[in-house]
Amino acid sequence: MTAPRTLYDKIWDDHVVHQAEDGTCLLYIDRHLVHEVTSPQAFEGLRVTGRKVRAPEKTIAVPDHNVPTTLDRANAATMTEDSRIQVEALDRNARDFGINYYPVSDVRQGIVHIVGPEQGWTLPGMTVVCGDSHTATHGAFGSLAHGIGTSEVEHVLATQTLIQRKARNMKVEITGSLRPGVTAKDITLTVIGETGTAGGTGHVIEYCGQAIRELSMEGRMTVCNMAIEGGARAGLIAPDEKTYAYCMGRPHAPKAAKWEAALAYWKTLYTDEGAHFDKHVTIRGEDIAPVVTWGTSPEDVLPITGVVPNPADFTGGKVEAVQRSLDYMGLKPGQKLSEIEIDTVFIGSCTNGRIEDLRAAAAILKGKKKKDGLRAMVVPGSGLVRAQAEEEGLAQIFIDAGFEWRLAGCSMCLAMNPDQLAPGERCAATSNRNFEGRQGRGGRTHLLSPAMAAAAAITGRLTDVRNMMGEMV
Amino acid sequence: MEKFTTLTGIAAPMPLVNIDTDMIIPKQFLKTIARTGLGKNLFDEMRYTLDGAEIPDFVLNQTAYRKSQILVAGDNFGCGSSREHAPWALLDFGIRCVIAASFADIFFNNCFKNGILPVVLPQVAIDHLMEDAKKGANARITVDLETQTVTASDGITFAFEVDAFKKHCLMNGLDDIGLTLEKVTAIDAYEAKTATLRPWA
Repeated sequence: MTAPRTLYDKIWDDHVVHQAEDGTCLLYIDRHLVHEVTSPQAFEGLRVTGRKVRAPEKTIAVPDHNVPTTLDRANAATMTEDSRIQVEALDRNARDFGINYYPVSDVRQGIVHIVGPEQGWTLPGMTVVCGDSHTATHGAFGSLAHGIGTSEVEHVLATQTLIQRKARNMKVEITGSLRPGVTAKDITLTVIGETGTAGGTGHVIEYCGQAIRELSMEGRMTVCNMAIEGGARAGLIAPDEKTYAYCMGRPHAPKAAKWEAALAYWKTLYTDEGAHFDKHVTIRGEDIAPVVTWGTSPEDVLPITGVVPNPADFTGGKVEAVQRSLDYMGLKPGQKLSEIEIDTVFIGSCTNGRIEDLRAAAAILKGKKKKDGLRAMVVPGSGLVRAQAEEEGLAQIFIDAGFEWRLAGCSMCLAMNPDQLAPGERCAATSNRNFEGRQGRGGRTHLLSPAMAAAAAITGRLTDVRNMMGEMV
Repeated sequence: MEKFTTLTGIAAPMPLVNIDTDMIIPKQFLKTIARTGLGKNLFDEMRYTLDGAEIPDFVLNQTAYRKSQILVAGDNFGCGSSREHAPWALLDFGIRCVIAASFADIFFNNCFKNGILPVVLPQVAIDHLMEDAKKGANARITVDLETQTVTASDGITFAFEVDAFKKHCLMNGLDDIGLTLEKVTAIDAYEAKTATLRPWA
């Protein structure tokens, strides 16, 4: 009898092409997602060496980081020259190497981590990589998914494999149920607050427990998306009926007999009883509150009912880091988080740019207006999310509330396109990083859930969404 | 890729923890289609004012550290994005080695692909090397990959661990892709096997 294995062990074992004596493995890659920023040098490398893309049918490209999200983006003048060159390079590379491609003009274009699952490219038990750290998102399907650098992008293009050493197993269990007003975003931020941004380093996290099972697929994607912010190589959630239902019928999901065969395999993808985890964190779902970040690291997270901490309460290198954060963020110890006034609200990103995120924000905004003078935008994660939100009437709710209703892209999550914060501008953002300068030099970012972002848009300050939910229930 | 064997050079102290990839190379510089030329924008927002003037307090702007080849940094160096522009910028500036108590995984991997050696040492060793680095240009730190040691200017030596395969590639400046393509029959065999086992993949 074989020893009990974790979900990660099983996916790993099924993808080892070659194992060297020292344990270095060649791991087969089932899906390679590509975007315009981290791929040009890799394709150039192939050209220089005369190499081909080994499996173009398993390679999927979409421009997302640079693309403008304003309605006039078909006009090339909306892009800076260097951005345009990168997008054109991806157009050319996709054509020359014959890979699957969703150009800016295609309604299916969007953020690569939203497009992959939406089109059925991401399936349980697969290995998925992309030159982007938020590849962790795809772990929600029980696929082993992680970010790689450009040299590795070239390696995967040329060989469809990656040189890897196995990571350790870490289990993050969220027991019980979430309370009203608490979302997947609050789970993932709370976990990072607990473990720190290096807590998962060298590990693959498996998220489990009742609260995780109760999440929709989209919620699970939000949780896994930020595994990287906890330092983990990847985040995973075992597939279940919700996963199969999500995948069924998608354009690139298997059909008929292949579907049945896939389903039978997917049902073997769970952690065996007694499998070994090197690290274990348990959080009670009932203890999780709606949270916001106050600093410049995703681990700087507290319930919205809290106050800005004092650097003196920390130890080691974190003392200086917290002082630096507070200076950068323009905050004082003891200040109530719910009294922090904001200038901007950004709803979107691969963390929270899916239809359920827009529904959650629209539910709070319905019949209300954003605070006067506040800048607010919704950037759907894909053209299809945008179309669905329009069909459901969500777009009109956002427009009536005074939000800009944008086209799909990464947008202000990393501000490579024109959507940026000005120095000192304070933003409530549903994205994933609050690093210094992330959303624009000198910009100040508070990470939170879509519902919390909507609440903040109405009041003009960070706000406990639970106080606005009375009339909804 | 340039080989890495031994290096003796000036080390810049950067005790801040969680130095992220957005700090190392802000996103506006990711719009390049080349690997070179990013050194002038390394740590751009910490290094220059909005007008482009140097911020004198920043370590790499100080006379003693302008030719640094080593960074001694706080915990969790390189966290955040997968952008290989981070090691490209370090390399283009002239940094060949970063020493910290821990690194983010993707950044750590990316370093080895670019001839940069990331060295993990316990915090007590980092504290010692940080103080040594603060002595400026007078203090040269030596990093020897062959013997896996870091030696401070006072002669105190710290041993470090490194993955044997990564060490081999770095010491010989080997191209990963070339090595993997030597195993192409194993890849062919794997694909043939999975075409039957998991035809949907």
